[in-house]
Amino acid sequence: MTKRELIQKTGFTLLAMCMAANIVFLGLIIFFIASKGLSIISWEFLTQAPVDAMTRGGIAPAIVGTLYLTLGAVLIALPLGAACAIYLTEYSPKGWTVNLIRISVNNLAGVPSVVFGLFGLAIFVKKAGFGVSMLSGSLTLGILALPVIISASQEALIAVPQSIREASLALGATRWETIHRVVLPAALPGILTGVILSVGRVAGETAPILFTAAAFYMKGYPDSVLSEVMALPYHIYALMTEGTHPEIQTQIAYGSSLVLLALVLSVSMLAIFIRQRYRRGYNA
Amino acid sequence: MHSASKERGAADFLLSGNGVKSAPGLFGEAENSCIEPKISARGVNFYYGPKRALKDINMDFSPRLITAIIGPSGCGKSTFIRLLNRMNELVPGTRLEGEILLDGLDIVAPVCDVAELRKRVGMVFQKPNPFPKSIFENVAYGLEINGSLARRAIEEKVEDSLKKAALWDEVKDRLRESALGLSGGQQQRLCIARCLAVEPEVILFDEPCASLDPISTAKIEELILTLKKTYTIVIVTHNMQQAARVSDRTAFFLMGELIEYGGTGMIFKAPHDRRTEDYITGRFG
Amino acid sequence: MIKRNKEKGIEWLFTALAFSSLVFLTGIVIVLVKEALPIFSTVSLPAFLGGESWYPTAEPPEFGIFPLIMASFWVSAGAMLICVPLGVGSALYLHELAGERQRAVLKPVIEVLASVPSIIYGFFGMVILAPFLQDRFNLPIGLCVLSTSIVLGVMATPTVASIAEDALGYVPRSFREASFALGANRWETLTRVIIPAAGSGISTAVILGMSRAIGETMTVLMVAGGAAVVPSSIFDPVRPMTAAIAAEMGEAPVGSDHYHALFAVALALFIVTFAFNIIAELISRRYRLKLGLSR
Repeated sequence: MTKRELIQKTGFTLLAMCMAANIVFLGLIIFFIASKGLSIISWEFLTQAPVDAMTRGGIAPAIVGTLYLTLGAVLIALPLGAACAIYLTEYSPKGWTVNLIRISVNNLAGVPSVVFGLFGLAIFVKKAGFGVSMLSGSLTLGILALPVIISASQEALIAVPQSIREASLALGATRWETIHRVVLPAALPGILTGVILSVGRVAGETAPILFTAAAFYMKGYPDSVLSEVMALPYHIYALMTEGTHPEIQTQIAYGSSLVLLALVLSVSMLAIFIRQRYRRGYNA
Repeated sequence: MHSASKERGAADFLLSGNGVKSAPGLFGEAENSCIEPKISARGVNFYYGPKRALKDINMDFSPRLITAIIGPSGCGKSTFIRLLNRMNELVPGTRLEGEILLDGLDIVAPVCDVAELRKRVGMVFQKPNPFPKSIFENVAYGLEINGSLARRAIEEKVEDSLKKAALWDEVKDRLRESALGLSGGQQQRLCIARCLAVEPEVILFDEPCASLDPISTAKIEELILTLKKTYTIVIVTHNMQQAARVSDRTAFFLMGELIEYGGTGMIFKAPHDRRTEDYITGRFG
Repeated sequence: MIKRNKEKGIEWLFTALAFSSLVFLTGIVIVLVKEALPIFSTVSLPAFLGGESWYPTAEPPEFGIFPLIMASFWVSAGAMLICVPLGVGSALYLHELAGERQRAVLKPVIEVLASVPSIIYGFFGMVILAPFLQDRFNLPIGLCVLSTSIVLGVMATPTVASIAEDALGYVPRSFREASFALGANRWETLTRVIIPAAGSGISTAVILGMSRAIGETMTVLMVAGGAAVVPSSIFDPVRPMTAAIAAEMGEAPVGSDHYHALFAVALALFIVTFAFNIIAELISRRYRLKLGLSR
């Protein structure tokens, strides 16, 4: 083997090790959480409310709360995000507005999540007077999800071939008719992927709901959009940092972490699956 | 645009100033030469940014004739045909000078409704571009966006259009299947059917056979010839045999200029301009 | 005519909605500035940024965020040492060595790793990594700069990897072919042609990875240990800016000095991440122009 070949071989081995590290990380996280969490999970754990200051019982209100918050966030972010993507790809000529909006979206995506939390606290909780509530939390998470939905939708819209837009316009369809009858249906799987990705992101976020929505301990389920909610990620945080029975609480946290991890990972794998199928379909 | 027919007087007036450098054809237009043109382009210049893609084009298209536009690639023939239904507006940074008249009315004017225009001037593209919808939905699309027809009427119209496009027998049992499952030639005939369903007056073909095999090409050519009875047809092609086979009149474009325009027989047998002759005989392009 | 007016109306509606991101971003800036400003009547800007004591609830309170800034800096810098080589290495592997079938598995692995919630990383760091480090290095407490850097580094790796992989994808095939044609092998082509060509694209990935690490909240809140002092070794517990905000905001009475001080911390944090994002944006735009891409 020449020296050149040796260098190449060493280099490639290092790169393979970097890649392998990702798999190891993912494997380690899933393995540790699953190995200790599985024994905690039972039907009661998933369907009952916590009792005795969260040392016994289940985590059902936290699961339900997370679903509510996520649903609320998507309801807010999807129309805004899709509209923004449609404007950027379908309506807007090149120019300063596009650049301005694009830069805003990119920067909004880079804002630390705790800053969203402060914004939600100052605007929704205090100024709008929604208090610490599901509504405040959903609005805050919705803004956080906006860039995810915008970029996924934009990608999906750009992937729709220009030729079918032209076909529609050439038949005398207006721009809007073309968008909602031809372009949007064709881009739907891609937009859906964006929605699912944002669900995965939102469901796992903690910092934005710390001061806007989350409750440490609730016996029942939230009864209005203005009531506080429990949420899985905050629940895990609280179990690890508050309360008086660290041993038992850590065990419950393992169970809750496994539930959250399973939820988020299955959602993101679903998104990846849809996208791959859809891309293959397009090329055929 | 609804009142176009009432305003033919304006067209006659404009025709008197006709400066088109078209030579009289040898056949196929004796009965048409006295009829006012369906479409007229007057002093058309077109720019992509600073680049002048079309130079002072003056050209008339007679009704119920097939006009072919030939020329080497990049000569502006596709650009020109896309002006006739204002498709070039979709390209940012372009600019048009001059007038384009449809039945004597300026289609470039701001008051002209571009959607109405495109219903009257249909287009079939280089690459078949069916929607990712069913065969039926593809043809029904143009009817549905107008929204006035009953379901039953739409079904009849779809069948009628598919028959006119010589596709009905091949697809009648699978109208609900995706149009993307059709062969390239079938897709192109579907696009023609889709265009016919809207009942246009003019159909623009932009190299409709560029991506098709010879058998599909022959079918499309045959179809275009039958459509001539009802529609004014403009076809852009890089295939000179195709132009000779289907068209009544032929225009030769070179580097954004209309070099010569006349009866197809004359253009191919006795062109006036040296450049046309060079192109026809394959000396360049 | 009605149809045309409807079209115009719809276009206006979309234009208005499209500006929502800008509105929110501006809203965030306004809120941060407005809520942060009052603190500067209590403490001067240099004392705020340079002060070494963060005792917001003491009597009298002290609002010096230098220890918080240093904590954020050190844990992020440590994270960079992990995520840059691993992330860029993974991107190079994906781009250069993985075949179609490997990519079909490995790319989802990276995306899934990126989607693991930060609370899970925090939990993992707290219950697995910290006790392990405590044991291994015989520390009084395992929650420190080192453990935080490791967890943050792992978290940021997929971010760096996927952005860097995108950047590599922009390098034209012809570069590679030209290099092969001159007799270079794959490694030489990679290190001398492709990496330099993608250099600024890769640096975008690094900057965005850094931005992600600095802005990360839950992980550092749980793993960093929480002591608001300037660290003197990698085994010291620290309190980065995000952790201070998240931990203390719940107890700070609205309108108090402490409340305003935390908003000022958030403003500082926002300015830093905003600057990083803008720099990344500028670099990547120049990069694409250089490679002759418009988008």
